[in-house]
Amino acid sequence: MDTPRKKKKSVSRRAFLQTMGGGAMGAGVVSRVLGKEMPAFQAGPGPMDVVASKTIALTVNGRKVKIAVEAGETLLQVLREKLQLTGAKRVCNRGECGGCTVLVGGKPVYACHTLALQVDGAEILTVEGLADGDKLHPVQEAFIDKDGYQCGFCTPGFIMASVGLLKKNPQPTFDEIRAGVSGNLCRCGNYQKIYAAVGAAAEAMRRG
Amino acid sequence: MKTHPPIDDAFAEYEKLSLPQSSQTATAAAPAPQPKPSEFKYIGKPMPRVDGRMIVTGAARYTHDLAFDNMLIGKILRSPHACADIVSIDLSAAQALPGVKAALRLKEDRIRWAGEPVAAVAAVSESRAEEALALIKVEYKPLPHVTAPDKAMEAGAPLVQDQGNVIKSNDAVRGDVEKGFKEADVVLEKTYKTAWEVHQPTETHGSVARWDGDDLTVWDSTQAVQSVRDGLARTLAIPAGRIKVLKHYMGGGFGSKLGLGDYTVTAAKLAKMTGRPVKITLTRRENSTSVGYRPTAWMTVKAGAKKDGTLTALTVKSYNCGGVGRGDRVAAPYSDMYACPNFKIEEYSVFVNACASRAMRAPGHTQATLGLEGMMEELADALGMDPLALRMKNFAAKDKGNTGIPYSTKGLEQCYKLGAEKIGWDKRNRKPGGGSGKVRTGIGMASQIWPGTGAPGTLADIKLYPDGTVEASCGTQDIGTGTRTHMAVVAAETLGLEPKDIVIHLGNSDLPWAPGSGGSMTTPSVAPAVRDAALKAADYLKALASKKLGIPPAEIVLENRKAASKADPTKAIELKELARGIPRPLPFHGERGDIPSAFAFQTFGAEFAEVEVDTETGKIRVKKVVTAHDIGRVINRLTAESQVLGGVTQGMSAALYEEKIMDPHTGTMVNTNYHDYKVATAMDIPEIVPLFADVVDERLNNLGTKGLGEPARIPASACIANAVYNALGVHVREIPMTPARVLAALKRKEARP
Repeated sequence: MDTPRKKKKSVSRRAFLQTMGGGAMGAGVVSRVLGKEMPAFQAGPGPMDVVASKTIALTVNGRKVKIAVEAGETLLQVLREKLQLTGAKRVCNRGECGGCTVLVGGKPVYACHTLALQVDGAEILTVEGLADGDKLHPVQEAFIDKDGYQCGFCTPGFIMASVGLLKKNPQPTFDEIRAGVSGNLCRCGNYQKIYAAVGAAAEAMRRG
Repeated sequence: MKTHPPIDDAFAEYEKLSLPQSSQTATAAAPAPQPKPSEFKYIGKPMPRVDGRMIVTGAARYTHDLAFDNMLIGKILRSPHACADIVSIDLSAAQALPGVKAALRLKEDRIRWAGEPVAAVAAVSESRAEEALALIKVEYKPLPHVTAPDKAMEAGAPLVQDQGNVIKSNDAVRGDVEKGFKEADVVLEKTYKTAWEVHQPTETHGSVARWDGDDLTVWDSTQAVQSVRDGLARTLAIPAGRIKVLKHYMGGGFGSKLGLGDYTVTAAKLAKMTGRPVKITLTRRENSTSVGYRPTAWMTVKAGAKKDGTLTALTVKSYNCGGVGRGDRVAAPYSDMYACPNFKIEEYSVFVNACASRAMRAPGHTQATLGLEGMMEELADALGMDPLALRMKNFAAKDKGNTGIPYSTKGLEQCYKLGAEKIGWDKRNRKPGGGSGKVRTGIGMASQIWPGTGAPGTLADIKLYPDGTVEASCGTQDIGTGTRTHMAVVAAETLGLEPKDIVIHLGNSDLPWAPGSGGSMTTPSVAPAVRDAALKAADYLKALASKKLGIPPAEIVLENRKAASKADPTKAIELKELARGIPRPLPFHGERGDIPSAFAFQTFGAEFAEVEVDTETGKIRVKKVVTAHDIGRVINRLTAESQVLGGVTQGMSAALYEEKIMDPHTGTMVNTNYHDYKVATAMDIPEIVPLFADVVDERLNNLGTKGLGEPARIPASACIANAVYNALGVHVREIPMTPARVLAALKRKEARP
């Protein structure tokens, strides 16, 4: 997953909030802060009163939106709860499984692990915005043809990770495909068909 | 004070799935003559899912994705103690928090496991509900607990159940085992152990409940809409007819979503209290601690065989631990897999302070298969025999270890041949551990048996509309196995349409009865019922066409969206045109017939693995798995292959990584997320080759089809364990085969005289 990285051992809440406002918070640091040092850090009143809500501007699936978000609110919450885009799923909610993968500026990120304030001004693509009207994206077509899913809950995440991979590397080898989707978890265990789908999509996109 | 409620017996619930259900129509005809596979246009072919577009565009709505006007979010407070008496619960501060609309006590007396529900709230947002939970004051009187089965069996251990921490849960005997062991030239006794394996579906358990007057609608992430409806009726004491349970899409269950959940009841109660829809979805942590897992089995297996490999006696003593629940029973594969006249099993349940286990993909059978097939591999070495030849030597053509009634069909021999050829069985080490070097390779296999016959009494409707719409309805659910698609494929095949022409309705408890989707029940229950209804609809359409075309119905075929003369295809009428003659929407009721009693019906199969083991680090890499299953007629080859990939992946994951770890001091589970609870990921997956024996069982149902979910999973861990044995010359005998356990096994080998 491409997320901006910044090496810091620990960070105070104030520093954390300031840094976050600048949009340069590293994913690993967020996890440490949210998971361990600041268990009370949740959206809502109380601790959240430290930072008032802020209006951010996003382009989501080509549509410009302005939306008020709270400091602790994740991109996933904004997509699912405020924009009713429920394609990206909340599976682990801590950056372990990729079920919430969306593209931010063309790169796959974990939306559960990205604060909404971090992506102010960014262009977001979710699985709902991938098809061109009725015409599916080649990756979507390939997931259907190869049966690259079972229950389908991880599928939007896998599809977005695959689209991100093929943008960066249009002709991936088998091992590059595996590595490209290795940030995503399929508990039904359909990986082999997911690899096949990504390979077929790459082939279809090359042919045009 | 009642401290110990009745013991949770999830396994018994699971077993009930396969009990014959009373027939509503009681007119189930004998299976119709079966067409040759070559006559089928779609059935048995690889068919992409009819709802693929829904899934890949994010349009498929899972329970997690639902939102309604005025909907509240419910949250459950859970016990941090593994054993404690509740002294008091004070909800007042939580109730006073703005935005909190209801609070509810869920437990008044003794807590028996960490993660047990204590209280619940409903609030306007998730974060507000979480804050409210933090304001609930619970005074506990902590009591001693025990979470490790071996400690629970010691004298003086804290009592988990009134009957004691160990009870006999099952025993069975046939023949004379003592006589059998005396006849044996070789007798081996080994103990095999399995771990607590957590389902961890991607969509955590959850429900939305909404009341409209006295009528309750529940959207549930469930494998069994009918059971959830019946469970709610019992628990809430309201008429079943007033409850509708819906499940459109569901993100995995693997057995953990087969019954009514306490969170569902809680959502319904909170919704009643507030008059608003209430949604409860569990966190990943709750999903790890509080909704079951596969119970452990510690199985001491003793087998005797003659020099030529003939089994003379088999005994098993098994301790199964499913927390406060009864756990699984492992008897069936030991009893039935191989011809053995003398057999005995004793099973015990061990109780500890952990949530009750739940059925997990092939409950009992996966554990048993590790022990039974491990023993067969070790026995083959002791006898100096090819392990596959030993299995064939003890091939059982009848059930109950060749002492019962004959199997209607048994394609296991074909499976052995297909699998052995594809894996390159001849490349294995003739003597386990016979290779050399730091990294050793090995090939092993394991066999599988599982009913997978479907539920008599399953109903389905085909409805024809005057506008030409053809609808197939069944109160089953598609849990990711492709049920929508196989219903469409069977209906389209029978009516001469294309799968995409069929409108599918399922995942609704108001629709005709079907069993829960567990135990490989769905396809062999639903597909024959749809076929039955579609055959009736086809007869009606042929009669209608007969009048229009002036030829007898028997001379008419339905194909390419037309009713046409067999002799002269130019004499034809479009089905859409024909439908205009239908006076009103016409339903045709189908039923899956009974299962004949003169024969035994089981699925069979074998899986073969090739592994590499680093003898310095103890790390195992699975290179290739070949599977071959006899599941009768395959309905959809594409989705069948996917199920096999899943079964093998989950089996490999259990064999190498998965284990619910409890902290004995706090009595709590420590690995409650995907990072700490290890499951196989994209980088771990071997090449998997799914093959099928394609043995159609014409006696079983009108399509000759059996189930596949369980069969795919059953031998997967065992075949990998046996491949590791073939590589190392010592059986690890305990899963997950972590590097530490592999190295310990190698030390055990070195210490051997």
